[in-house]
Amino acid sequence: MPDIGVRNFAGKINCPNPFWLASAPPTNTGEMIMRAFDAGWGGAVWKTIGEPVVNVSSRYSATDWNGQRIMGFNNIELISDRTVEQNLTEMAEVKKRYPRNAVIASLMVASNREAWHEIVARAEDAGADGLELNFGCPHGMSERGMGSAVGQVPEYAEMITAWVKEKASTPVLVKLTPNISDIRTVARAAKRGGADGLSAINTINSITGIDLDTFVPRPNVDGKSSHGGYCGPAVKPIALNMVQQIMADPEAALPLSGIGGIGSWRDAAEFMLLGCGTVQVCTAVMHYGYRIVEYMAEGLDNWMREKGFKTIDDFRGLSVNRVTEWKHLNLNYKIVAHIDEQKCIGCDLCHIACWDGAHQCIHLDRVSGPIDGHVELHRTPAEEQTASLASIAETPVTRKEREAAFAQGPYPTPLARIPRVDETECVGCNLCSCVCPVEGCITMVRVDKDVPPETWEQRTKGAA
Amino acid sequence: MSTATLLDDPHLKARFGELKPALTAQAAVIEADRCLNCFDAPCTAACPTHIDVPGFIKRIASGNLRGSAMRILDANILGGSCARVCPVDVLCEGACVLLRQNHKPIQIALLQRHAIDAFWATGETPPAKAPGTKKLRVACIGGGPASLACAAELCRAGAKATIIERRELPGGLNTYGVAEYKLRAADSVREVEMIRQLGVEFRCGVEVDSAAAIEKLEAEFDFVFLGLGLGAMQRLNVPGEDTKGVMNALELIAAYKTGHLRELHGTVVVVGAGNTAIDAANAARRLGAAIVYMLYRRSEQEMSAFEFEYEHAKQEGVQFLWRRLPLAIRPEAHGRLLLETVQVRQADGKLEVVPDSAATIDCDLVVPAIGQSPLTELLQELRGVEVRDGRIVADRETGQTGNPRYFAGGDCVNGGREVVDAVAGGKRAAMAMLKTAEVAHA
Repeated sequence: MPDIGVRNFAGKINCPNPFWLASAPPTNTGEMIMRAFDAGWGGAVWKTIGEPVVNVSSRYSATDWNGQRIMGFNNIELISDRTVEQNLTEMAEVKKRYPRNAVIASLMVASNREAWHEIVARAEDAGADGLELNFGCPHGMSERGMGSAVGQVPEYAEMITAWVKEKASTPVLVKLTPNISDIRTVARAAKRGGADGLSAINTINSITGIDLDTFVPRPNVDGKSSHGGYCGPAVKPIALNMVQQIMADPEAALPLSGIGGIGSWRDAAEFMLLGCGTVQVCTAVMHYGYRIVEYMAEGLDNWMREKGFKTIDDFRGLSVNRVTEWKHLNLNYKIVAHIDEQKCIGCDLCHIACWDGAHQCIHLDRVSGPIDGHVELHRTPAEEQTASLASIAETPVTRKEREAAFAQGPYPTPLARIPRVDETECVGCNLCSCVCPVEGCITMVRVDKDVPPETWEQRTKGAA
Repeated sequence: MSTATLLDDPHLKARFGELKPALTAQAAVIEADRCLNCFDAPCTAACPTHIDVPGFIKRIASGNLRGSAMRILDANILGGSCARVCPVDVLCEGACVLLRQNHKPIQIALLQRHAIDAFWATGETPPAKAPGTKKLRVACIGGGPASLACAAELCRAGAKATIIERRELPGGLNTYGVAEYKLRAADSVREVEMIRQLGVEFRCGVEVDSAAAIEKLEAEFDFVFLGLGLGAMQRLNVPGEDTKGVMNALELIAAYKTGHLRELHGTVVVVGAGNTAIDAANAARRLGAAIVYMLYRRSEQEMSAFEFEYEHAKQEGVQFLWRRLPLAIRPEAHGRLLLETVQVRQADGKLEVVPDSAATIDCDLVVPAIGQSPLTELLQELRGVEVRDGRIVADRETGQTGNPRYFAGGDCVNGGREVVDAVAGGKRAAMAMLKTAEVAHA
C-alpha cells in the first residue's frame, strides 16, 4: 500500500499528500481553502499577502485549441485585494481546524528589510507552516518593484531571501519566475540567501490572442490589454525543462515544489520524477474545481502501486539524470518507424507529415510492391491528389456494387491506403508516430545491432 | 416561375419534419474539430464530385464559413441538396477512416449543409465570369441536377447556358421527387435560384419533342447537353392498373410535395422495394395511411434499397410482404380496391407461383414503384446519339455522345443513380465542352 504523504518537505513541512493549491484565486480566502482541504488537497499556498491591491475587470483570457477549452490560461490579476489582517485572521482559523494540512503563506511586500521582517512574523504568528516569497508575479506588481522585478535580479532575490531567513522559523520557499534567460541564476541566488526550498515556475509573460473584430488583445480592459502571466497545460513542457535545470544543478537544487500546467496525476508524477517533492495546481482547479484532487491522489497511488513504489521518495528525481546535454547522446542508436497494418485506419497523415515535414520515406506504394529506393521513385503527394481527383467515382447503388466498394482486403484498411515505411531512408525522427491518431499503430523499432555507442563528444574528441 | 405552391406549407412541414435537423453552430464546430484532416482523403475520393471534404470541414472549424461553402460549391454546385439527399453511408461517410477507429464517422452531410445554409443566408452568389467571356452557347435539355450542374459550370467559366425544362419548375427530381423530409422542394427551388444568379437562362414549360424543335436548338446553340433523366414509371402490366386509386410512386411524391395530395387514409400498398418505393411508402404513412404494405416479388436480401432506407421504413411503420406478386387490381365500393396477389418462390433462377397462395388485399391505394422506364421518344430523333439498354452511350470522361455536338449525363446515361452522380456527369460534360470550344477557337 503506497503512502503518498509528504514528510519534512523543505525541512519541516508535513501534509497528507503532495498536492497543493498554488497561490492564486483558488486560495483567496480561508473559506475556500477549507473547502479545498475537505475535497482532499494536501496543502495550500495562500493567495499572495501584502499591501491590498485594486484589480481590473476583466482579468483572464485563454487559449483554446481544436475545441478544447483552456489549453493555456492567462491572468492579469494582482496579489490579494484583502488586508493582511483579514488574510492572517482566516489563516489562523484554517490552521486551527485543519492542523494536518500544510498552509503556506505567500508573501510580497516592498523591498525593505523591516517590511519583510514584519510580514514574516505576522504570518508565522498566524500559524503558517511555511513561507513562499513571491518573486515571480510578472504583471502589475513588477512595475512597482516587486514580484518578478525581484526575481529577475539574482542579487535582489538573494538579499531579500536573506532578510526573510533572519526572521523566519518556518521553511522559506522562493517562487521563481521563468521570465529570465536562465532560471538557475536566481535559484542559485535563493540558495545562497538561505532558502529552504523553491517553487517553480511562476507564469510566463503572454498575450493570449487578439479579438479579430475589435483588434483588442485579450483580456480586454476597456479597449486595452496588458501582458499577463501564462499557465495551464500549454506551459507544462517549459516548466518541466526549468525544473530539470534546477534539480540538475548542485548550486541551485533545493526541495522543489513543482508548478506549471499540472492537472492530472500523470503530470504530477512527471514533475516528481524530475525531483519535485510537492506539486502546485491552479489552472486545472480554476477550470474544474477542487474535486480534481481526488483523481490525482488516486491515480498517483495506483501508479505507485503498479510500479512498486512505497513512498514518493522512492521515485522522486529518477529522471533528472536521464536528461543530458545533446553531445552525450548516442549517435549510433537507430530506430525506424513501423506501421501496424491491422491497426492503420488509412488517414495517411504519417505519409504527408513525412513528405512535407520530415524525410520523404513513408510511401503509398504498397500495391505496387516493395520498392526500397530513393524518393524520386515515388509519386509526390500532389501527384497522388491529382490522380484521385481525376478518378471517376460512382455511388454504388446496387447490392453488388456496394459489396465491391466495401470489400474487405487482408487488413481493415484498403492496402493502397496503408503507408509503407522505407526503412533505409527513415531517420527515426518520431514525427509519424506523433501524428498517428491510432494508439499503438506506429511504433519506433530499434534496428542498430552490435554497434557500440558513440556520442558527438567522443566522435569529435581531438578534432578541433 | 411560380413557387407559390412550395412556400411554407405548415401542413407539409408538420407531416414531413426534417429527418436530420441542421447542426447548431457550436455543434458544427465540435464535429468539424473531430475531423482528422486525412491526406488525399477517402471521403473526397468516394464523392462522385470529389468535394474537398477535409478542406471544407477545417474551414468550418476555423470559422471561415464562406470559404467552406465556396470550397463545396466549386466542386458541386448542388452541394446544398446533396448534403440532404446523398446516401452518405455508402459514399463519403462510409469512407470515413474514423469508422475504423471508433465507429463514429464525421457527420459530413450535416457539416456540408451547415456551410451551405450559412452561405444561402447571406444571399451571396458564387463568383462567375461575365457571360459571353467565352464564345460558347449550350442548351441543356432537362432541368434536373445533371443539367443544373452542367449549366452552372459553363456560366461560371463565362459561357452561356440555357436550361430547357418541360415542367413548371426546374430542379427535376430534386424539386418533385425527393422525400420532403430529406429535401424540401422550397430548398431545391432556392438552390435553382442561386444557379439562375450565375447567369443560367431557364426556359420552363417547354417540351423538346420534335425534329423541328431539335433543329431550332442546333441552330441556336453550339452544343446540346442531354440531362433528360429517366422516363415514366414502369407499369405493373396487370389488369385494372388504370383504375382510379392507382398512382405511381413519383406521382404520389410530386403530388404531396406540390400540395395536391394532403391526406391519405386506410391501407396503401406500394409495389416494389427500391429507394423510391420506400420514399412513397414513408410518405403514405406520414400522410395518414393506417397500414402501408410494401409488396416485393423477391426477398429481403435482394431488395435494392439502401440498408438505411430499409431501416427507416421499418421505423415509420411500413410492413413488408416478401415474395409476393400483384396479379390484378379490382375496384370496390366506396372507391376502395382489391389487390389480388400470389406468393412466389425462386426455382431455377425463375419465379414460380406457390400453389394455393392467392391472397386479396383490401386497400385504398396501390402505388406501383418498380422503377422508371428509359426515355426513348426524343432520342430517336437525335442523329448519331446511340442508345443501348435504354441508356445514352456517352464517353465516361467527357459525356460526349456519338454525335460530337451532343453531350449527356445523369440518369439518362447511368441508368438511374444519385443526385451527386448526375452533378458529376453534368460537370464533366461542361468541362469537356469548354475544352472543346477552346481548342476550336484557338
